[in-house]
Amino acid sequence: MTDWLLPWLTVAALVVLGIGLAWGLAFSPPDWQQGETVRIMYVHVPMAWLAMGGYTGLVVLSVMALVWKHPLADVAARELSPIGATATALCLLTGSLWGRPMWGTWWVWDARLTSVLVLFFLWVGHAALTRAFDDQERGARMGAILALIGAVNVPIVKFSVDWWNTLHQPASVTRLAAPGLHVDILYPLLTCALGFSLAFAALALAATRAGLLERRLRALQMAAARKAENLPANDGRGIAP
Amino acid sequence: MTRKRRRLTILLLCALGLGTATALTLTAFQDNLVFFRSPSDIAAEPPPPGRAFRLGGLVEEGSVTRGSTPEGRPSVAFRVTDGRSTVGVQYAGVLPDLFREGQGVVTLGQMGPGGVFMAREVLARHDENYMPPEVAEALRRSGHWNPASGTAPPAGGRPGA
Repeated sequence: MTDWLLPWLTVAALVVLGIGLAWGLAFSPPDWQQGETVRIMYVHVPMAWLAMGGYTGLVVLSVMALVWKHPLADVAARELSPIGATATALCLLTGSLWGRPMWGTWWVWDARLTSVLVLFFLWVGHAALTRAFDDQERGARMGAILALIGAVNVPIVKFSVDWWNTLHQPASVTRLAAPGLHVDILYPLLTCALGFSLAFAALALAATRAGLLERRLRALQMAAARKAENLPANDGRGIAP
Repeated sequence: MTRKRRRLTILLLCALGLGTATALTLTAFQDNLVFFRSPSDIAAEPPPPGRAFRLGGLVEEGSVTRGSTPEGRPSVAFRVTDGRSTVGVQYAGVLPDLFREGQGVVTLGQMGPGGVFMAREVLARHDENYMPPEVAEALRRSGHWNPASGTAPPAGGRPGA
């Protein structure tokens, strides 16, 4: 199935992302307070959504891996974490670049920024843990447990700006009243978000496919090695492998 | 009960336990998780002298007076309000671009003599409203400006733009 889906997804991601970024970075108005600095948001906000949405996906994969022991979920979770870690890192980086001119600081330890940093460490930790064992299945199980423990952080990231007072502003797009963004800023943002999401999906799909092929190759190599070892020993004496 | 069913049940029980533990911890540390305290918090519960904390609120309209320290550094005095209480702030140093009357700020420092907050850091707080300068200008002119989003922009667009 991925054979036809992946090229289409890649092309769609490139087209939407191209339109969204051009719209956001060149053809949308500046903000009345922030001036041109507002354009950082067109990367920052989609990265933040992907960091969170991707992690929710990782949690679902981990439940599938632990409860139903689905081997595809193991591979997908393992391949998802470096992509999710990159999105979270970009979110933190662009946020810091915005914070310096707007707030007057690169970093503060408020509840939102700190919980996103924790999210970044969870992604990196998951990527490292799933690769830390010689036995891949054991690594996948440890990673799934870590991902599920880290799931408590997701609502904390989302609601940190509502539960506690923070330097970070509350949500603009998803608030109950009308969005706090003017449509001239909102539409390019949503286009960028769709483009980055498609790109995220394409990367995750390509990586999972590569992971599956790698796994199949390993299995074939193991089988070949076993065969080569057993053939001379097996000639007539019938020693089990 | 099948093994899958049992694994799912164990997982849900663990999630419930972990979630409860986290909620209890966060509630217990409520006071330490807030980034700043409002003027009303300070009035209700004055912090001990010499203890550093963050004070947050809006810069009161018409309260900003600029001067300079004896060493010639720029200094500024203003009042931070949350609508109910007000605290005077004294600060010497560079202010962020967004600093102006009506803007949200978070300042770090300690209470000085005479109930004045001696700040050593002033950060601007941005709200969740984004709009082009022309729209802000039109809202201001038509009188539909929402005071919750700070002072209306001065005629002719953004200051310094």
